[in-house]
Amino acid sequence: MTNALSRLLETRDWLLADGATGTNLFNMGLEAGEPPELWNTDRPDNIRALYRSAVDAGSDIFLTNTFGGNAARLKLHNAQGRVQELNRVGAALGRDIADKAGRPVVVAGSVGPTGEIMVPMGALTHELAVEIFHEQAEGLKAGGADVLWVETISAAEEFRAAAEAFALAGMPWCGTMSFDTAGRTMMGFTSSAMVGMVGKLPNPPLAFGANCGVGAADLMRTILGFMAAGPELPVIAKGNAGIPKYHDGHIHYDGTPELMGAYAVLARDAGATIIGGCCGTMPDHLRSMREALENTPRGPRPSVEEIAQKLGGFSSASDGTGEGVPERRDRGGRRRG
Amino acid sequence: MADEGDIILSELDDEELVLQMHDDLYDGLKEEIEDGVRILLDRGWTPYDTLTKALVAGMTIVGADFRDGILFVPEVLLAANAMKAGMAILKPLLAETGAPKVGKMVIGTVKGDIHDIGKNLVGMMMEGAGFEVVDLGINNSVEKYLEALEREEADILGMSALLTTTMPYMKVVIDTLKEKGMREDFIILVGGAPLNEEFGRAIGADAYCRDAAVAVQTAKDFMGRKHNQMAG
Repeated sequence: MTNALSRLLETRDWLLADGATGTNLFNMGLEAGEPPELWNTDRPDNIRALYRSAVDAGSDIFLTNTFGGNAARLKLHNAQGRVQELNRVGAALGRDIADKAGRPVVVAGSVGPTGEIMVPMGALTHELAVEIFHEQAEGLKAGGADVLWVETISAAEEFRAAAEAFALAGMPWCGTMSFDTAGRTMMGFTSSAMVGMVGKLPNPPLAFGANCGVGAADLMRTILGFMAAGPELPVIAKGNAGIPKYHDGHIHYDGTPELMGAYAVLARDAGATIIGGCCGTMPDHLRSMREALENTPRGPRPSVEEIAQKLGGFSSASDGTGEGVPERRDRGGRRRG
Repeated sequence: MADEGDIILSELDDEELVLQMHDDLYDGLKEEIEDGVRILLDRGWTPYDTLTKALVAGMTIVGADFRDGILFVPEVLLAANAMKAGMAILKPLLAETGAPKVGKMVIGTVKGDIHDIGKNLVGMMMEGAGFEVVDLGINNSVEKYLEALEREEADILGMSALLTTTMPYMKVVIDTLKEKGMREDFIILVGGAPLNEEFGRAIGADAYCRDAAVAVQTAKDFMGRKHNQMAG
Protein backbone atom coordinates (compact mmCIF):
# COMPACT_ATOMS: atom_id res chain seq x y z
CA MET A 1 0.00 0.00 0.00
CA THR A 2 1.36 3.39 -0.82
CA ASN A 3 0.59 6.26 1.46
CA ALA A 4 2.68 8.89 3.16
CA LEU A 5 2.84 7.05 6.49
CA SER A 6 3.78 3.64 5.04
CA ARG A 7 6.55 5.29 3.05
CA LEU A 8 7.94 7.00 6.15
CA LEU A 9 7.70 3.78 8.18
CA GLU A 10 9.79 2.01 5.52
CA THR A 11 12.64 4.49 5.73
CA ARG A 12 12.79 5.43 9.42
CA ASP A 13 12.94 3.45 12.64
CA TRP A 14 11.06 6.06 14.66
CA LEU A 15 8.67 8.86 13.79
CA LEU A 16 7.70 11.84 15.89
CA ALA A 17 3.97 12.47 16.12
CA ASP A 18 2.44 15.66 17.52
CA GLY A 19 1.36 16.90 20.94
CA ALA A 20 -1.78 18.35 22.44
CA THR A 21 -4.62 19.95 20.53
CA GLY A 22 -6.89 21.13 23.35
CA THR A 23 -4.09 22.51 25.54
CA ASN A 24 -2.65 24.49 22.62
CA LEU A 25 -6.02 25.88 21.57
CA PHE A 26 -6.76 26.96 25.14
CA ASN A 27 -3.62 29.03 25.01
CA MET A 28 -5.03 30.69 21.87
CA GLY A 29 -8.22 31.61 23.69
CA LEU A 30 -10.54 28.61 23.33
CA GLU A 31 -13.17 28.83 26.07
CA ALA A 32 -14.07 25.91 28.31
CA GLY A 33 -17.01 24.08 26.80
CA GLU A 34 -16.51 25.49 23.30
CA PRO A 35 -16.10 22.76 20.64
CA PRO A 36 -12.60 23.07 19.13
CA GLU A 37 -13.78 21.74 15.75
CA LEU A 38 -15.77 24.92 15.04
CA TRP A 39 -12.49 26.78 14.87
CA ASN A 40 -11.70 24.95 11.61
CA THR A 41 -14.11 27.31 9.87
CA ASP A 42 -14.36 30.16 12.40
CA ARG A 43 -10.67 30.69 13.15
CA PRO A 44 -8.67 28.83 10.48
CA ASP A 45 -5.54 30.90 11.13
CA ASN A 46 -5.37 29.50 14.66
CA ILE A 47 -5.71 25.95 13.39
CA ARG A 48 -3.00 26.55 10.79
CA ALA A 49 -0.79 27.92 13.57
CA LEU A 50 -1.51 24.81 15.67
CA TYR A 51 -0.51 22.45 12.84
CA ARG A 52 2.50 24.58 11.88
CA SER A 53 3.75 24.62 15.47
CA ALA A 54 3.94 20.82 15.47
CA VAL A 55 5.67 20.70 12.08
CA ASP A 56 8.13 23.43 13.10
CA ALA A 57 8.91 21.52 16.30
CA GLY A 58 9.89 18.47 14.25
CA SER A 59 6.75 16.32 14.07
CA ASP A 60 6.61 13.85 11.18
CA ILE A 61 2.91 13.30 11.76
CA PHE A 62 0.23 15.62 13.06
CA LEU A 63 -3.40 14.97 13.92
CA THR A 64 -6.18 17.19 12.64
CA ASN A 65 -8.45 19.28 14.86
CA THR A 66 -11.37 16.92 14.35
CA PHE A 67 -11.29 14.77 17.49
CA GLY A 68 -14.88 15.59 18.45
CA GLY A 69 -16.04 15.92 14.85
CA ASN A 70 -18.53 13.07 14.79
CA ALA A 71 -22.29 13.49 14.71
CA ALA A 72 -22.77 12.10 18.23
CA ARG A 73 -20.51 14.76 19.74
CA LEU A 74 -21.32 17.70 17.46
CA LYS A 75 -25.01 17.20 18.23
CA LEU A 76 -24.38 18.82 21.60
CA HIS A 77 -23.58 22.07 19.82
CA ASN A 78 -26.31 21.60 17.26
CA ALA A 79 -23.62 21.10 14.63
CA GLN A 80 -24.40 17.48 13.72
CA GLY A 81 -25.23 18.65 10.20
CA ARG A 82 -21.68 19.95 9.74
CA VAL A 83 -19.70 16.72 10.16
CA GLN A 84 -18.58 16.54 6.54
CA GLU A 85 -17.65 20.23 6.34
CA LEU A 86 -15.77 20.50 9.66
CA ASN A 87 -13.73 17.37 8.98
CA ARG A 88 -13.01 18.26 5.37
CA VAL A 89 -11.85 21.76 6.30
CA GLY A 90 -9.87 20.49 9.32
CA ALA A 91 -8.00 18.06 7.06
CA ALA A 92 -7.59 20.52 4.17
CA LEU A 93 -5.94 23.12 6.45
CA GLY A 94 -3.52 20.38 7.48
CA ARG A 95 -2.89 19.24 3.91
CA ASP A 96 -1.81 22.76 3.06
CA ILE A 97 0.64 22.98 5.97
CA ALA A 98 2.09 19.50 5.31
CA ASP A 99 2.62 20.17 1.60
CA LYS A 100 4.60 23.31 2.38
CA ALA A 101 6.77 21.64 5.04
CA GLY A 102 9.64 20.86 2.65
CA ARG A 103 9.87 17.30 4.01
CA PRO A 104 7.40 14.43 4.21
CA VAL A 105 4.80 15.19 6.89
CA VAL A 106 1.75 12.98 7.42
CA VAL A 107 -1.71 14.48 7.93
CA ALA A 108 -3.59 12.11 10.20
CA GLY A 109 -7.35 12.66 10.42
CA SER A 110 -8.22 12.52 14.11
CA VAL A 111 -11.33 10.56 15.07
CA GLY A 112 -12.31 10.52 18.74
CA PRO A 113 -14.87 8.36 20.53
CA THR A 114 -18.61 8.87 20.14
CA GLY A 115 -18.94 9.34 23.91
CA GLU A 116 -21.65 6.69 24.03
CA ILE A 117 -21.69 3.12 25.35
CA MET A 118 -22.26 0.37 22.84
CA VAL A 119 -24.76 -2.48 23.17
CA PRO A 120 -25.34 -4.57 25.22
CA MET A 121 -24.23 -2.24 28.07
CA GLY A 122 -25.40 0.92 26.32
CA ALA A 123 -27.64 2.01 23.49
CA LEU A 124 -25.22 2.56 20.58
CA THR A 125 -25.48 -0.25 18.01
CA HIS A 126 -22.56 -1.44 15.93
CA GLU A 127 -24.31 -0.35 12.73
CA LEU A 128 -24.91 3.17 13.98
CA ALA A 129 -21.34 3.49 15.30
CA VAL A 130 -19.99 2.44 11.88
CA GLU A 131 -22.24 4.99 10.20
CA ILE A 132 -21.09 7.77 12.56
CA PHE A 133 -17.40 7.00 12.00
CA HIS A 134 -17.90 6.52 8.25
CA GLU A 135 -19.44 9.96 7.84
CA GLN A 136 -16.48 11.54 9.60
CA ALA A 137 -13.99 9.41 7.65
CA GLU A 138 -15.39 10.59 4.32
CA GLY A 139 -15.02 14.22 5.38
CA LEU A 140 -11.39 13.72 6.40
CA LYS A 141 -10.69 11.85 3.17
CA ALA A 142 -12.23 14.64 1.09
CA GLY A 143 -10.02 17.16 2.89
CA GLY A 144 -6.88 15.25 1.91
CA ALA A 145 -5.87 13.38 5.08
CA ASP A 146 -3.13 10.81 4.39
CA VAL A 147 -4.40 8.39 7.01
CA LEU A 148 -7.22 8.25 9.54
CA TRP A 149 -6.38 8.05 13.22
CA VAL A 150 -8.91 6.89 15.80
CA GLU A 151 -7.81 7.74 19.35
CA THR A 152 -8.75 7.72 23.03
CA ILE A 153 -11.01 4.68 22.59
CA SER A 154 -12.09 2.64 25.66
CA ALA A 155 -14.24 -0.15 24.21
CA ALA A 156 -13.01 -2.85 21.84
CA GLU A 157 -16.41 -2.77 20.11
CA GLU A 158 -16.02 0.91 19.29
CA PHE A 159 -12.48 0.37 17.97
CA ARG A 160 -13.77 -2.39 15.67
CA ALA A 161 -16.62 -0.17 14.47
CA ALA A 162 -14.12 2.54 13.54
CA ALA A 163 -11.97 -0.01 11.67
CA GLU A 164 -14.99 -1.13 9.68
CA ALA A 165 -15.91 2.46 8.85
CA PHE A 166 -12.38 3.19 7.63
CA ALA A 167 -12.57 0.15 5.33
CA LEU A 168 -15.79 1.58 3.88
CA ALA A 169 -13.97 4.85 3.24
CA GLY A 170 -11.06 2.92 1.71
CA MET A 171 -8.53 4.68 3.94
CA PRO A 172 -5.37 3.44 5.68
CA TRP A 173 -5.53 4.10 9.41
CA CYS A 174 -3.96 4.00 12.84
CA GLY A 175 -5.70 3.50 16.15
CA THR A 176 -4.94 4.09 19.80
CA MET A 177 -6.83 3.36 22.98
CA SER A 178 -6.65 5.17 26.30
CA PHE A 179 -5.53 3.03 29.24
CA ASP A 180 -6.56 5.29 32.10
CA THR A 181 -8.16 2.98 34.70
CA ALA A 182 -5.74 0.89 36.74
CA GLY A 183 -3.63 0.37 33.61
CA ARG A 184 -6.60 -0.77 31.53
CA THR A 185 -9.14 1.14 29.47
CA MET A 186 -12.22 2.41 31.27
CA MET A 187 -14.01 -0.70 30.01
CA GLY A 188 -11.37 -2.98 31.53
CA PHE A 189 -9.54 -3.79 28.28
CA THR A 190 -5.84 -4.63 28.71
CA SER A 191 -2.85 -3.79 26.53
CA SER A 192 -2.28 -7.46 25.69
CA ALA A 193 -5.94 -7.87 24.69
CA MET A 194 -5.54 -4.96 22.29
CA VAL A 195 -2.62 -6.70 20.56
CA GLY A 196 -4.86 -9.74 20.08
CA MET A 197 -7.71 -7.61 18.76
CA VAL A 198 -5.77 -5.60 16.15
CA GLY A 199 -4.15 -8.81 14.86
CA LYS A 200 -7.57 -10.21 14.01
CA LEU A 201 -9.05 -7.21 12.19
CA PRO A 202 -9.84 -7.78 8.50
CA ASN A 203 -8.33 -4.37 7.70
CA PRO A 204 -5.48 -4.06 10.19
CA PRO A 205 -4.16 -0.59 11.03
CA LEU A 206 -0.73 0.63 9.86
CA ALA A 207 0.14 1.03 13.53
CA PHE A 208 -1.68 0.79 16.86
CA GLY A 209 -1.03 1.84 20.41
CA ALA A 210 -1.94 3.99 23.38
CA ASN A 211 -2.67 7.67 23.90
CA CYS A 212 -3.64 9.96 26.78
CA GLY A 213 -4.36 7.98 29.95
CA VAL A 214 -2.77 9.05 33.21
CA GLY A 215 0.85 10.18 32.84
CA ALA A 216 3.93 9.28 30.83
CA ALA A 217 4.93 6.48 33.24
CA ASP A 218 1.59 4.66 33.00
CA LEU A 219 1.67 4.97 29.23
CA MET A 220 5.13 3.41 29.12
CA ARG A 221 3.91 0.46 31.17
CA THR A 222 1.19 -0.02 28.55
CA ILE A 223 3.85 -0.04 25.81
CA LEU A 224 5.71 -2.79 27.69
CA GLY A 225 2.39 -4.67 27.88
CA PHE A 226 2.05 -4.43 24.08
CA MET A 227 5.59 -5.66 23.50
CA ALA A 228 5.17 -8.62 25.86
CA ALA A 229 2.25 -9.78 23.71
CA GLY A 230 4.46 -9.90 20.58
CA PRO A 231 2.76 -7.37 18.28
CA GLU A 232 3.29 -7.70 14.53
CA LEU A 233 2.35 -4.09 13.77
CA PRO A 234 4.29 -0.92 14.65
CA VAL A 235 3.40 0.48 18.07
CA ILE A 236 2.30 4.07 18.81
CA ALA A 237 3.04 5.87 22.11
CA LYS A 238 1.28 9.20 22.72
CA GLY A 239 1.41 10.02 26.41
CA ASN A 240 0.33 13.09 28.36
CA ALA A 241 2.96 15.59 29.51
CA GLY A 242 2.47 14.70 33.15
CA ILE A 243 -0.61 15.45 35.22
CA PRO A 244 -2.95 18.46 34.85
CA LYS A 245 -2.61 21.21 37.46
CA TYR A 246 -4.68 24.33 37.79
CA HIS A 247 -2.95 27.72 37.82
CA ASP A 248 -4.53 31.16 37.55
CA GLY A 249 -7.60 30.06 35.67
CA HIS A 250 -6.00 27.66 33.23
CA ILE A 251 -4.78 24.08 33.10
CA HIS A 252 -1.10 23.38 33.10
CA TYR A 253 0.52 19.96 32.80
CA ASP A 254 3.43 19.33 35.12
CA GLY A 255 5.63 17.33 32.72
CA THR A 256 8.71 19.30 31.64
CA PRO A 257 10.25 19.18 28.14
CA GLU A 258 13.16 17.24 29.69
CA LEU A 259 10.80 14.63 31.12
CA MET A 260 9.07 14.23 27.76
CA GLY A 261 12.48 13.86 26.10
CA ALA A 262 13.31 11.04 28.50
CA TYR A 263 9.88 9.51 27.85
CA ALA A 264 10.41 9.60 24.06
CA VAL A 265 13.71 7.73 24.34
CA LEU A 266 12.22 5.17 26.74
CA ALA A 267 9.28 4.65 24.36
CA ARG A 268 11.60 4.05 21.41
CA ASP A 269 13.85 1.72 23.41
CA ALA A 270 10.78 -0.16 24.61
CA GLY A 271 9.87 -0.84 20.98
CA ALA A 272 7.47 1.96 19.98
CA THR A 273 7.89 3.26 16.42
CA ILE A 274 5.57 6.28 16.41
CA ILE A 275 6.14 8.51 19.41
CA GLY A 276 4.30 11.66 20.35
CA GLY A 277 2.53 13.42 23.19
CA CYS A 278 -1.05 14.01 24.13
CA CYS A 279 -2.63 16.48 26.59
CA GLY A 280 -0.21 19.13 27.83
CA THR A 281 2.42 18.43 25.16
CA MET A 282 3.47 21.79 23.72
CA PRO A 283 5.95 22.61 20.90
CA ASP A 284 8.78 22.93 23.46
CA HIS A 285 8.12 19.37 24.59
CA LEU A 286 8.11 18.14 20.98
CA ARG A 287 11.44 19.87 20.25
CA SER A 288 12.95 18.26 23.32
CA MET A 289 11.57 14.86 22.26
CA ARG A 290 12.96 15.21 18.73
CA GLU A 291 16.35 16.25 20.04
CA ALA A 292 16.46 13.38 22.55
CA LEU A 293 15.47 10.83 19.91
CA GLU A 294 18.10 12.11 17.48
CA ASN A 295 20.93 12.38 19.99
CA THR A 296 20.42 9.42 22.32
CA PRO A 297 21.75 6.07 21.12
CA ARG A 298 19.31 3.20 21.22
CA GLY A 299 19.42 1.33 24.53
CA PRO A 300 18.01 -1.93 25.84
CA ARG A 301 14.27 -2.22 26.55
CA PRO A 302 13.67 -0.40 29.86
CA SER A 303 12.28 -2.25 32.86
CA VAL A 304 9.22 -1.15 34.80
CA GLU A 305 11.56 -0.02 37.59
CA GLU A 306 13.62 2.14 35.24
CA ILE A 307 10.47 3.77 33.89
CA ALA A 308 9.25 4.55 37.41
CA GLN A 309 12.64 5.97 38.31
CA LYS A 310 12.84 8.26 35.27
CA LEU A 311 9.19 9.25 34.81
CA GLY A 312 7.63 8.75 38.23
CA GLY A 313 5.41 6.07 39.76
CA PHE A 314 2.35 4.30 38.36
CA SER A 315 -1.31 4.97 39.19
CA SER A 316 -1.97 1.31 40.11
CA ALA A 317 0.02 -1.73 41.20
CA SER A 318 -1.09 -3.91 38.26
CA ASP A 319 -2.19 -3.13 34.70
CA GLY A 320 -4.09 -6.38 34.28
CA THR A 321 -1.33 -8.19 32.36
CA GLY A 322 1.36 -10.62 33.52
CA GLU A 323 1.46 -11.70 37.15
CA GLY A 324 -0.18 -10.19 40.20
CA VAL A 325 -3.47 -9.33 38.50
CA PRO A 326 -6.12 -8.76 41.19
CA GLU A 327 -8.79 -11.42 40.85
CA ARG A 328 -12.56 -11.19 40.97
CA ARG A 329 -14.24 -12.54 44.06
CA ASP A 330 -15.24 -16.17 43.94
CA ARG A 331 -18.94 -16.50 43.27
CA GLY A 332 -21.41 -19.34 43.72
CA GLY A 333 -23.40 -21.21 41.06
CA ARG A 334 -26.44 -20.00 39.10
CA ARG A 335 -29.46 -19.19 41.19
CA ARG A 336 -33.14 -19.78 40.81
CA GLY A 337 -36.00 -18.22 42.68
CA MET B 1 -35.93 -27.33 36.06
CA ALA B 2 -33.32 -27.02 38.74
CA ASP B 3 -30.01 -28.62 37.91
CA GLU B 4 -27.87 -30.07 40.63
CA GLY B 5 -25.88 -27.28 42.25
CA ASP B 6 -28.54 -24.70 41.52
CA ILE B 7 -29.36 -22.46 44.43
CA ILE B 8 -33.01 -22.03 45.31
CA LEU B 9 -33.25 -18.53 46.78
CA SER B 10 -36.49 -19.21 48.66
CA GLU B 11 -34.89 -22.17 50.47
CA LEU B 12 -32.03 -20.09 51.89
CA ASP B 13 -32.32 -18.70 55.40
CA ASP B 14 -32.21 -14.91 55.78
CA GLU B 15 -28.48 -14.70 56.37
CA GLU B 16 -27.61 -16.97 53.45
CA LEU B 17 -30.05 -15.18 51.17
CA VAL B 18 -28.55 -11.77 51.93
CA LEU B 19 -25.05 -13.08 51.20
CA GLN B 20 -26.37 -14.68 48.01
CA MET B 21 -27.87 -11.35 46.99
CA HIS B 22 -24.48 -9.70 47.48
CA ASP B 23 -23.08 -12.31 45.09
CA ASP B 24 -25.90 -11.77 42.63
CA LEU B 25 -25.38 -8.01 42.62
CA TYR B 26 -21.68 -8.62 42.00
CA ASP B 27 -22.62 -10.77 39.02
CA GLY B 28 -25.24 -8.28 37.80
CA LEU B 29 -28.13 -10.76 37.97
CA LYS B 30 -31.20 -8.54 37.74
CA GLU B 31 -33.98 -11.12 38.02
CA GLU B 32 -32.34 -12.85 40.97
CA ILE B 33 -32.12 -9.53 42.79
CA GLU B 34 -35.79 -8.81 42.15
CA ASP B 35 -36.66 -12.27 43.47
CA GLY B 36 -34.44 -11.82 46.53
CA VAL B 37 -36.03 -8.46 47.38
CA ARG B 38 -39.54 -9.94 47.13
CA ILE B 39 -38.63 -12.92 49.30
CA LEU B 40 -37.19 -10.69 52.04
CA LEU B 41 -40.27 -8.45 51.97
CA ASP B 42 -42.54 -11.52 52.12
CA ARG B 43 -40.63 -12.67 55.17
CA GLY B 44 -41.53 -9.42 56.87
CA TRP B 45 -38.30 -7.47 56.33
CA THR B 46 -38.78 -3.70 56.30
CA PRO B 47 -38.07 -1.99 52.96
CA TYR B 48 -35.30 -0.02 54.71
CA ASP B 49 -33.53 -3.14 56.02
CA THR B 50 -33.85 -4.82 52.63
CA LEU B 51 -32.32 -1.78 50.98
CA THR B 52 -29.41 -1.33 53.38
CA LYS B 53 -28.51 -4.91 54.32
CA ALA B 54 -29.02 -6.58 50.94
CA LEU B 55 -28.62 -3.94 48.22
CA VAL B 56 -26.45 -1.19 49.70
CA ALA B 57 -24.11 -3.66 51.39
CA GLY B 58 -23.81 -5.62 48.13
CA MET B 59 -23.07 -2.49 46.10
CA THR B 60 -20.40 -1.56 48.63
CA ILE B 61 -18.51 -4.73 47.66
CA VAL B 62 -18.91 -3.88 43.96
CA GLY B 63 -17.67 -0.37 44.68
CA ALA B 64 -14.61 -1.62 46.55
CA ASP B 65 -13.59 -3.93 43.71
CA PHE B 66 -14.19 -1.14 41.19
CA ARG B 67 -11.94 1.17 43.23
CA ASP B 68 -9.28 -1.54 43.39
CA GLY B 69 -9.18 -2.15 39.63
CA ILE B 70 -10.79 -5.59 39.81
CA LEU B 71 -14.14 -4.69 38.30
CA PHE B 72 -14.52 -2.19 35.44
CA VAL B 73 -17.30 -0.13 33.92
CA PRO B 74 -19.18 -2.97 32.15
CA GLU B 75 -19.45 -5.07 35.33
CA VAL B 76 -20.43 -2.07 37.44
CA LEU B 77 -23.12 -1.09 34.94
CA LEU B 78 -24.58 -4.59 35.14
CA ALA B 79 -24.48 -4.55 38.94
CA ALA B 80 -26.08 -1.11 39.05
CA ASN B 81 -28.85 -2.24 36.71
CA ALA B 82 -29.59 -5.19 38.98
CA MET B 83 -29.59 -2.86 41.98
CA LYS B 84 -31.97 -0.47 40.19
CA ALA B 85 -34.40 -3.29 39.53
CA GLY B 86 -34.45 -4.08 43.25
CA MET B 87 -34.79 -0.38 44.08
CA ALA B 88 -37.81 -0.08 41.77
CA ILE B 89 -39.66 -2.51 44.04
CA LEU B 90 -38.51 -0.80 47.23
CA LYS B 91 -38.90 2.87 46.28
CA PRO B 92 -42.69 3.22 46.72
CA LEU B 93 -42.54 1.17 49.94
CA LEU B 94 -39.72 3.29 51.33
CA ALA B 95 -41.76 6.44 50.75
CA GLU B 96 -44.80 4.89 52.48
CA THR B 97 -42.85 3.76 55.51
CA GLY B 98 -41.01 7.07 55.93
CA ALA B 99 -37.57 5.46 55.97
CA PRO B 100 -34.65 7.71 56.99
CA LYS B 101 -33.15 9.78 54.17
CA VAL B 102 -29.40 9.73 53.59
CA GLY B 103 -29.16 12.89 51.51
CA LYS B 104 -29.93 14.43 48.15
CA MET B 105 -27.52 15.02 45.31
CA VAL B 106 -27.83 17.06 42.12
CA ILE B 107 -25.41 15.71 39.54
CA GLY B 108 -24.51 16.63 35.96
CA THR B 109 -21.77 16.88 33.37
CA VAL B 110 -20.55 20.46 32.81
CA LYS B 111 -21.24 22.69 29.84
CA GLY B 112 -19.59 21.60 26.61
CA ASP B 113 -19.12 18.03 27.77
CA ILE B 114 -21.33 15.19 26.65
CA HIS B 115 -19.61 12.42 28.54
CA ASP B 116 -21.91 10.79 31.00
CA ILE B 117 -20.58 7.30 31.65
CA GLY B 118 -18.69 8.23 34.81
CA LYS B 119 -21.43 10.57 35.96
CA ASN B 120 -24.06 7.85 35.50
CA LEU B 121 -21.93 5.42 37.49
CA VAL B 122 -21.65 7.89 40.35
CA GLY B 123 -25.41 8.51 40.23
CA MET B 124 -26.17 4.81 40.31
CA MET B 125 -23.71 4.05 43.10
CA MET B 126 -25.07 6.97 45.12
CA GLU B 127 -28.58 5.58 44.70
CA GLY B 128 -27.17 2.21 45.61
CA ALA B 129 -25.94 3.78 48.84
CA GLY B 130 -29.40 5.17 49.59
CA PHE B 131 -28.98 8.77 48.39
CA GLU B 132 -31.66 10.52 46.39
CA VAL B 133 -30.14 11.55 43.05
CA VAL B 134 -31.36 14.22 40.64
CA ASP B 135 -29.53 13.72 37.34
CA LEU B 136 -29.30 16.83 35.15
CA GLY B 137 -27.66 14.90 32.29
CA ILE B 138 -24.94 16.43 30.11
CA ASN B 139 -23.93 19.93 29.02
CA ASN B 140 -25.09 21.89 32.08
CA SER B 141 -24.75 25.65 32.36
CA VAL B 142 -24.18 27.35 35.68
CA GLU B 143 -27.81 28.54 35.59
CA LYS B 144 -29.08 24.96 35.27
CA TYR B 145 -27.01 23.77 38.22
CA LEU B 146 -28.14 26.64 40.43
CA GLU B 147 -31.78 26.32 39.52
CA ALA B 148 -31.76 22.59 40.30
CA LEU B 149 -29.88 23.01 43.59
CA GLU B 150 -32.45 25.50 44.85
CA ARG B 151 -35.49 23.67 43.51
CA GLU B 152 -34.42 20.32 44.92
CA GLU B 153 -33.07 21.68 48.21
CA ALA B 154 -30.09 19.43 47.58
CA ASP B 155 -27.29 18.67 50.03
CA ILE B 156 -24.67 17.78 47.46
CA LEU B 157 -23.62 19.06 44.03
CA GLY B 158 -21.71 16.61 41.84
CA MET B 159 -19.98 17.86 38.68
CA SER B 160 -18.29 15.73 36.07
CA ALA B 161 -16.02 16.52 33.09
CA LEU B 162 -14.05 14.21 30.86
CA LEU B 163 -12.26 16.78 28.75
CA THR B 164 -9.42 19.13 29.58
CA THR B 165 -11.40 21.64 27.52
CA THR B 166 -14.43 21.48 29.79
CA MET B 167 -13.04 20.89 33.30
CA PRO B 168 -12.33 24.60 33.97
CA TYR B 169 -16.07 25.24 33.77
CA MET B 170 -16.43 23.68 37.22
CA LYS B 171 -14.72 26.73 38.64
CA VAL B 172 -17.23 29.00 36.89
CA VAL B 173 -20.04 27.19 38.71
CA ILE B 174 -18.31 27.29 42.10
CA ASP B 175 -17.37 30.98 41.70
CA THR B 176 -20.97 31.84 40.86
CA LEU B 177 -22.19 30.02 44.00
CA LYS B 178 -19.65 32.04 46.01
CA GLU B 179 -20.81 35.34 44.49
CA LYS B 180 -24.38 34.54 45.42
CA GLY B 181 -23.38 33.56 48.93
CA MET B 182 -24.62 30.02 48.38
CA ARG B 183 -21.33 28.14 48.36
CA GLU B 184 -21.55 26.96 51.96
CA ASP B 185 -25.05 25.55 51.45
CA PHE B 186 -23.75 22.60 49.45
CA ILE B 187 -21.15 19.89 49.55
CA ILE B 188 -19.43 20.06 46.16
CA LEU B 189 -17.84 16.92 44.74
CA VAL B 190 -16.06 16.85 41.36
CA GLY B 191 -14.79 14.02 39.22
CA GLY B 192 -13.71 12.92 35.75
CA ALA B 193 -10.70 11.35 34.07
CA PRO B 194 -8.47 14.43 33.64
CA LEU B 195 -9.09 15.76 37.17
CA ASN B 196 -7.08 15.22 40.31
CA GLU B 197 -7.13 16.20 43.95
CA GLU B 198 -5.06 19.31 43.45
CA PHE B 199 -7.41 20.53 40.73
CA GLY B 200 -10.39 19.97 43.01
CA ARG B 201 -8.76 22.05 45.73
CA ALA B 202 -7.65 24.79 43.34
CA ILE B 203 -11.18 25.42 42.04
CA GLY B 204 -12.71 25.37 45.51
CA ALA B 205 -14.56 22.04 45.51
CA ASP B 206 -14.95 20.14 48.78
CA ALA B 207 -13.42 17.03 47.29
CA TYR B 208 -12.23 15.37 44.12
CA CYS B 209 -13.49 11.79 43.83
CA ARG B 210 -11.44 9.50 41.64
CA ASP B 211 -14.25 7.02 41.10
CA ALA B 212 -17.86 6.25 42.00
CA ALA B 213 -16.93 4.25 45.10
CA VAL B 214 -14.86 7.12 46.47
CA ALA B 215 -17.69 9.54 45.64
CA VAL B 216 -20.11 7.51 47.76
CA GLN B 217 -17.70 7.29 50.69
CA THR B 218 -16.86 10.99 50.50
CA ALA B 219 -20.53 11.95 50.31
CA LYS B 220 -21.27 9.82 53.38
CA ASP B 221 -18.37 11.38 55.31
CA PHE B 222 -19.46 14.93 54.50
CA MET B 223 -23.11 14.21 55.28
CA GLY B 224 -22.03 12.72 58.61
CA ARG B 225 -20.10 15.88 59.46
CA LYS B 226 -23.03 18.05 58.38
CA HIS B 227 -25.40 16.15 60.68
CA ASN B 228 -22.94 16.45 63.55
CA GLN B 229 -22.69 20.20 63.03
CA MET B 230 -26.45 20.53 63.03
CA ALA B 231 -26.71 18.44 66.19
CA GLY B 232 -23.93 20.47 67.83
